[in-house]
Amino acid sequence: MATSTSTRDAYAPPPGDPQREQRAARRQLWRSRLWRFDDKASPYAYIAPFFLVFAAFGLYPLIYTGWIALHRVEMTGLDRMEWVGWGNFDRILHDSEFWTAVSNTFLIGVISTVPQLLVALGLAHLLNYRLRASTFWRTIILTPYATSVASAALVFALVFRADGGLLNWALHFVGFGDTNWANGHWTSKIAISVIVIWRWTGYNALIYLAAMQAVPNDLYEAASLDGASRWQQFRKVTIPSLRPTILFTIVISTIGSMQLFGEPLLLEGGALGATGGNENQYETLSVYLYNYGWNLGHLGPAAAVAWAMLALLLIIAAVNWLIGRFTRTSAA
Amino acid sequence: MTMTSPTQAPQALPPKPERRTPQRRSRFRMGAGQQMKGGPFAYAALIVVGIGSLLPLYWTLVAASRTQDEVLASTPPFLPGGRLFDNLRTAWEQANLGKAIVNSIVVSASITAATLFFCTLAGYAFAKMRFRGRGWLMTAVIATLTIPPQLSVVPLFMMMSDLGWGGQLESVIFPTLVSAFGVFFMRQYLIEALPYELIEAAKIDGANNLRIVVSVVLPVARPAMMVLGMLTFVQAWNDFFWPYLALNQQNPTLQVALGQLSASYTPDQSIVMAGALISTLPLLVVFVLFGKKIVGGIMSGAVKG
Repeated sequence: MATSTSTRDAYAPPPGDPQREQRAARRQLWRSRLWRFDDKASPYAYIAPFFLVFAAFGLYPLIYTGWIALHRVEMTGLDRMEWVGWGNFDRILHDSEFWTAVSNTFLIGVISTVPQLLVALGLAHLLNYRLRASTFWRTIILTPYATSVASAALVFALVFRADGGLLNWALHFVGFGDTNWANGHWTSKIAISVIVIWRWTGYNALIYLAAMQAVPNDLYEAASLDGASRWQQFRKVTIPSLRPTILFTIVISTIGSMQLFGEPLLLEGGALGATGGNENQYETLSVYLYNYGWNLGHLGPAAAVAWAMLALLLIIAAVNWLIGRFTRTSAA
Repeated sequence: MTMTSPTQAPQALPPKPERRTPQRRSRFRMGAGQQMKGGPFAYAALIVVGIGSLLPLYWTLVAASRTQDEVLASTPPFLPGGRLFDNLRTAWEQANLGKAIVNSIVVSASITAATLFFCTLAGYAFAKMRFRGRGWLMTAVIATLTIPPQLSVVPLFMMMSDLGWGGQLESVIFPTLVSAFGVFFMRQYLIEALPYELIEAAKIDGANNLRIVVSVVLPVARPAMMVLGMLTFVQAWNDFFWPYLALNQQNPTLQVALGQLSASYTPDQSIVMAGALISTLPLLVVFVLFGKKIVGGIMSGAVKG
């Protein structure tokens, strides 16, 4: 602003030269208009960057994906688009590998999310005690969160290796030392879930802990006056108070498990990783999309996979909403 | 969280209660762990969880400092060996690590700087300014969190090659300049930490909005900006999916280089682990130094959902 005075209040100039007075009044009017404009427009200017970036790199590509899904586009010639209508969707929906990837994504999602959140809940409960060096413990359980997907997947690949893996060495003392983890349908899914659980449990535990510390103490006092045991207090006071937080973590973890990519890709690495194992036993939707688009070079079907993922997300959201409604009405 | 007193000078940082002060011990038995001292069982369980959290990282260090044969021997080694620097040198030559590190620093630093700048502005607007559509615009920001990046990577890849950024760092930096989480995080913080009186006072002194941002909002927001900066940096540094699709072997970030190293024909596991160690080490250092702040940030930003 190039205004010379530093006050916003109108001040009356000493009466004198009428021309100067007019000029001053005009200036005053102009300035107050500027102020008003500043007040009106500033908030929009401040939030504009987010919406501009999202529109350009989030929303527009999201819609454009649907358009690409109706075309044939090859990695070798990105600017050539050839109309194929529903062809790509046809191709995918008739591909058994796609359905394998759907069920894998779903199964891995369940066996990584459920134990993760249960353990996180217990861990938060532990951290809620008065502890020595409480910050130290909190930092320790958060370190896996600072480890990248790639590093975590690679070190766990070493742990789960069939020959010379750390886990098989540990298990051979109890006579299970020759499991080929990545090859089995269930064992490979468990291996991937372990990577996810390791990385995210501490993070979720801290979120629960924050919510637990926000529960008013009077509730516990009242409950213990009523003769509730510790376990009953946990069930009847802590869990209901955490309900919104638990819902939030379920949503976040579900979205996260839809996106699993690095863990399956790097569990065995190489060509096996790109197809999610020798029988696609741990291929997730993201890996399937990557394999179609970036390995085989067919971007049209890859875009169709993206839209199929969107459809799945919407179905999950609808189911979630229905369950939520059902439990709310039954609770009432 | 408590409200800070309105009479605070703008330079003073609002006190953030780290832990709720223990209230008066009641005569009645407290329950459910509230104010209860942790017993030996709690410590034992925490030690088990702590070892589980750190063991894979320790194994990374052991594997990175041995030969592959030692790592995959029928009885694995338990202590780090002396081959760390040889392995690092080999990884450096094989996987273009030098360039990858520079790239990762450039990408993470630019994303962090842009995120801090834009998210603080947007967070301030959503927290303290009145404007038409504020409510549903904030809802829209949070709703964008639910969209997985997978849904838009195909056109994004085509767009980037159209823009001439195919395989360039710009293609990784630009889509993540502002984060919805960051906007939400700054808003939550500023709602409580920035009293209206401060803004009013600055207005009466004739400051325009930009002036208010620079001399009132930024000083108050600094602690939250530090935490958001660290969280954003960690996320940008560790990002894998989109960079892996967007960048190529000649110009990778550290994570992409790691992925490519392990995808090569017969990767030497100890070399791969040396790369993994390099990629994890800087963040571990940040965690050791600022762990308390990051923990506090996650705990304050996550709740109230």
